Amino acid sequence: MLRLTCPYCGVTGEETEFHPGGEAHLTRSGPGATDEAFRDYLFQRRNPRGVHFERWHHQYGCGKWFHAARCTLTLEVFGTYTAQTAVIPEHIIDAIQSRRPDWRPEA
Amino acid sequence: MSTRIKSGGRLIDRTRKVSFTFNGSRLSGFSGDTLASALLGSGQTLMGRSFKYHRPRGVVGAGSEEPNALMGLGQGPTFEPNQRATTAELHDGLQAESQNHWPSLSIDVGVVNAALSRFFPAGFYYKTFMAPRAAWKHVFEPVIRKTAGLGKAPTEADADRYEHFYAYADVLVIGAGMAGLQAALEAGRAGARVLLVEQTPHLGGRLLSDEVEIDEETSDAWLSRTIAELQALPNVEIRTRLMGAGVYDHGYVTGYERLTDHMSDHMPGGEGPRHRLWRIRADRIVTATGAMERPLAFAGNDVPGVMLAAALRDYVALYGVTAGDRTVIVTNNDDAYRTAIALKRAGLEVPVILDTRDAAIGPLPRQARDLGIRVELGKGIATVKGGKKVEAVEICSQAGEGSVLETIPCDAVAMSGGWSPVVHLWSHCGGKLVWDTDQSHFRPDPDRPPTGHDGAGFVLTAGAASGALHAADTMPDAVAAGRRAARELGFTPSDTTAPTANAEAEEPLQPVWMMPAGASYKLRSKAFLDFQNDVKVSDVQLAAREGFESVEHAKRYTTLGMATDQGKLSNINGLAVLADSLGTTIPQVGTTTFRPPYTPISMGSIAGAARGPLFKPLRKSPMDDWHDANGAVWEPVADWRRPYTYLREGEAQHEAVHREIRNTRGNVGVLDASTLGKIVVQGPDAAKFLDLIYTNMMSSLKPGRCRYGLMCTENGFLFDDGVVVRLAEDKFLCHTTSGGSDRVHAWMEEWLQTEWWALDVYTANVTEQYAQIAVVGPKARQLLESLGGMDLSREGLSFMGMAEGDLAGIPARVFRISFSGELSYEVAVPACYGRALWDLLMQHGAPLGVMPYGTEALHVMRAEKGFIMIGDETDGTVTPHDLALGWAVSKKKQDFIGKRALERPDLIRPDRKQLVGLATQDPATVLPDGAHAVAGSNEYGGPKTIGHVTSTYYSPTLDRSIAMALIEGGANRMGEVLEFPVDSQTVIRATIVDPVFYDKAGERQDV
Ligand SMILES: [Zn+2]
Repeated sequence: MLRLTCPYCGVTGEETEFHPGGEAHLTRSGPGATDEAFRDYLFQRRNPRGVHFERWHHQYGCGKWFHAARCTLTLEVFGTYTAQTAVIPEHIIDAIQSRRPDWRPEA
Repeated sequence: MSTRIKSGGRLIDRTRKVSFTFNGSRLSGFSGDTLASALLGSGQTLMGRSFKYHRPRGVVGAGSEEPNALMGLGQGPTFEPNQRATTAELHDGLQAESQNHWPSLSIDVGVVNAALSRFFPAGFYYKTFMAPRAAWKHVFEPVIRKTAGLGKAPTEADADRYEHFYAYADVLVIGAGMAGLQAALEAGRAGARVLLVEQTPHLGGRLLSDEVEIDEETSDAWLSRTIAELQALPNVEIRTRLMGAGVYDHGYVTGYERLTDHMSDHMPGGEGPRHRLWRIRADRIVTATGAMERPLAFAGNDVPGVMLAAALRDYVALYGVTAGDRTVIVTNNDDAYRTAIALKRAGLEVPVILDTRDAAIGPLPRQARDLGIRVELGKGIATVKGGKKVEAVEICSQAGEGSVLETIPCDAVAMSGGWSPVVHLWSHCGGKLVWDTDQSHFRPDPDRPPTGHDGAGFVLTAGAASGALHAADTMPDAVAAGRRAARELGFTPSDTTAPTANAEAEEPLQPVWMMPAGASYKLRSKAFLDFQNDVKVSDVQLAAREGFESVEHAKRYTTLGMATDQGKLSNINGLAVLADSLGTTIPQVGTTTFRPPYTPISMGSIAGAARGPLFKPLRKSPMDDWHDANGAVWEPVADWRRPYTYLREGEAQHEAVHREIRNTRGNVGVLDASTLGKIVVQGPDAAKFLDLIYTNMMSSLKPGRCRYGLMCTENGFLFDDGVVVRLAEDKFLCHTTSGGSDRVHAWMEEWLQTEWWALDVYTANVTEQYAQIAVVGPKARQLLESLGGMDLSREGLSFMGMAEGDLAGIPARVFRISFSGELSYEVAVPACYGRALWDLLMQHGAPLGVMPYGTEALHVMRAEKGFIMIGDETDGTVTPHDLALGWAVSKKKQDFIGKRALERPDLIRPDRKQLVGLATQDPATVLPDGAHAVAGSNEYGGPKTIGHVTSTYYSPTLDRSIAMALIEGGANRMGEVLEFPVDSQTVIRATIVDPVFYDKAGERQDV
């Protein structure tokens, strides 16, 4: 059972206090999108063995959504950050690279 | 025969006799006994029957690893099966019964299974399932049902109380033997907050049986000094009878505490809880869980009286009980000589020590020889003679095929195949193992621990659990673990010299996986690897021959290490036999997965307080008491309870429902609609946001007006509906389904926070802040007007309008909306006024003949009007167009959730299942809910399903049955007659009709 820190209210809580929301940083495909782009938006998800970006909801806390950068293999949490961003913040990239020097964000 | 010896037994109090029953017979033991030691002390060697062959079985071990002596304890509301006699503490009045026997423990017909054991090979269950169906039904199943199973399920509700307990520790130490005590002391001295837990009632572990010299003191002196120091440290807490059950992500640990099982005066459900499930977070976990002795695989190693060598000396040292008067020792290592020496010193006979090795020259063998014990080198056991108890052993050469050299009469056998560290807790969360060739066991690989939130290892091992089996190695390993745990958390541990522990030096063991090495099939098929699941050497070999090469497959095929054993006694021996059969090595084969809990924990402890009304808290409307006092038949609706109908004296439920409908349509009815979801959406961008959330255009709604709205998922499927009210330019009230309020509110927040965060919008779920009452029927206006305070005339409040004001002095919002097709008002008042308004409506409505109506009347009336119900007409694969709700899907809006999906080819297919009405040919016949319509044949030649019934009722208004269904291409099949085969004899025929059965023009609601 993971332990996560909500970047909004600052609480470090049990996994049961949060609700997972799948992969973070998806780009919404709305009207006008091709069938392929829309399919990928709806159904195609990364499932990496290693660094992963996830959405979490502080369901039984402040109610805010945030993102977590986490290693799916070692369960290390590199950091959590606001969900109101389209890009991975610089300080999160630094935190990951300090632990995984070879890791690069996907283009 | 097993018996109580004159002296010894440090854990028992011979002045306090305890009486208990075993299979109904009255027996006695002493305070401090376990059930197993008391049974042995009473001469009861036979303690159960094995799972598959019903072979007689006795106790093998003295602790939590015990596979055989499983008992049903207690009776009625306190009965619990599968309890280990070795860990059950004796108390006055304890009632125990053995398991898997039929009709009795000493005469068991199931033993016939053993005679037929060639027909019960590895994979028996899988092979049996392949047999003809009739054989299964008439032969296998009745026999298996009668004979199989570990214990009986309780038949009464558990009378005890249970609870969860949350705890935090810097360092959690699991196991309080020498290593755990020392590790806790090191971390505690450094200032860390330490929790030390021990599954047994006693601190000290193996030191209680095996004396060791520590810093020139006896281990007893060291124990008292160490425990006293730990108890004096304010930052250290020690808990006994608390087992570390499971280790999970990021230092989460479950502990299982047994608080009352050892008490004779515990009243079930009385003062305290019986068990506690500890939910612990620890930054570092030190597993000081010790090691487990391995059995040896020789023919007859399961005959009652054959036990693990260390367990035998534990019974002598701790309980003053011996398994027999003449004990043969069989071993591949020096440690088992301790048992020979202990027995001899207790005045018991040890006719021979059979040592598989070619030499035994260490101090322990020397001591044994000095005591006059015969030692035979290079020898093993060919077979154990005896059925329900050991009578003799036949000795053979370990290197040979089992030719009998000599028969030695005896009544007990102590076996030792070496020791394996208890790696379960290390492994639960991903700690890796390494094969230790010298000691022939898997031990934790300190370089590959489970990792925590910071990427650092959070589990350390101490002492024998690390593989440091010998006391001289155990102590420094424990010191290092305790200090490292503290240091990693920023504490400064002591760097003083560690204590020195001295015990007799030991020579290396010889790996022995089969005895003798060249055992015949006959011997191998009586050599058990897993006592509990009756898995023999020959079974694992057969599995390997049949191609089950992966250890995980072989485990499931043979059932090796399943059930409560979970890779304890059977583990390494089974892996070794599998490796040998496959011509590979044990590390190549690897281990199966270790899963929590370490030993089974009670279901009660898992449930904790979440039982009965606390299992799921019930949401109640402000008028709940009134409903309850006025005949409500309750129906669960999401987390709420709502009146299904209000039953009157002498009425059947359907009669009550029909009465409520007739009265509402003909007169006036009131419905408690408080459970409807209510979400306020407010802010400068509220309208823009709702245009994205709903399929309809909401921005065009005028303040003070209501509109029925639909919500889709991004997949284009309908997921909730309800009336949206524009309270002000920048403020909307969104009604949702009763079950959907939390979901819809969370959905809105998710989109606001994660996609459209630039919108200036706030949401609030105010569902429980308001009571809501629907006043419905031709006299609805008359009733509300009698309350006074608001203009609710046709002109004052038109259909789909909203008014705010005071109704009989109560602040109210009135919505003129209808889910029944009648003249209808929904009145929302602050929740605290809900009951007052309800009472007023009942009082003022009495002369008008007002009646409350329940959810069933609501459902029938909406179906008469062809209104859909989320969850009836929708199932997560239905679009608005499928339900002929295309009019509520905006074509003007550029975007809304689900818009892109609704353009997908599959969602615009003309032959999708579409909503239709159904009129059965016989108006009295009501279609069963969910009945399938069939036409033609499918690809397998069976009838093809073309749709199903979604709502079906008897309509008292129309005096006939009505139904709605989703039918392929239904929109264009008006007038067709469909067939619904509802059982093998009956086909119900129904005609497709318009789903609006009543008042199609909508004249009744707009008056
Ligand atoms: Zn928070």
